[in-house]
Amino acid sequence: MTVTAVRKDPQRLTLTLEAEFDASVERVWQLWADPRQLERWWGPPTYPATFTKHDLAPGGRIEYHMTGPAGDQPHGYWDVLEVDPPRRIVLRGGCAYADGTLTTEIPISTIRVGIEELAQGRTRMSIENVFPSTDAMEQILAMGTEEGQRQAVSQADAILAEETIQL
Amino acid sequence: MQIAPPGFDRVFSALADHTRRDIVRRAISAEEGVLELASHYPISFAAVQKHVAVLERAGVITKQRIGRRRIVRTNREALLVARRLLDQYEGLWRARIDRMNELIAETAGAIDTAETKESKR
Repeated sequence: MTVTAVRKDPQRLTLTLEAEFDASVERVWQLWADPRQLERWWGPPTYPATFTKHDLAPGGRIEYHMTGPAGDQPHGYWDVLEVDPPRRIVLRGGCAYADGTLTTEIPISTIRVGIEELAQGRTRMSIENVFPSTDAMEQILAMGTEEGQRQAVSQADAILAEETIQL
Repeated sequence: MQIAPPGFDRVFSALADHTRRDIVRRAISAEEGVLELASHYPISFAAVQKHVAVLERAGVITKQRIGRRRIVRTNREALLVARRLLDQYEGLWRARIDRMNELIAETAGAIDTAETKESKR
């Protein structure tokens, strides 16, 4: 398991994952910079992603769709807000309709990627997911901590375990 | 959509508004209808009705008929589901990181093989 830290931080509106790779910063950067590599990891094997546009430059746009087992094709896009190769990317993403027009009702989520060099040729990647409001996140993080909710939580965990396998 | 698990955006956007969060808090005790709820806010009844509709669509609250009244009740299970979605979002990224790692291992293997061939020559 290469994930070294997971932080759910209500103050900063973020869910952050940190992972370490036994590879150079340049190599890890290519996971994002090369659309053919991005396709290999973005979607699960049951929902492979195809990137139809990949302009990784400030103000650029990345467009993709995924193909489900039933032939369904959800579309998505990212607006590229910041790029500092090979260390930093800030993307603002959302869902799109099949014709590429954006769905406006769904709030925009932001992903911040940081890549840094560690000792012995290892590299750390942090992926920060920013949510629409602090209060919403706090409210959600607070759930399941109260008495009487514990059983429901363990039930939810069982469902989660099943769904994770499907991912 | 794989930006976030299904349902996640809807629940989050429903809870992203101050008035709606306040409605969710008040409706935990399940004592008031939309009319009574509306009296707490300096906005129109129609506006409160709209907020309640957004929450209802996201499954965060339900309306329950008690006698002749329709009471607004917070669906605690739905909030729990929201938390589960957050955990699931973490799971989604963990799976992606696993795939990144496989991809790196694969290309490192290819380079090693090339180097081995090189040295054999």
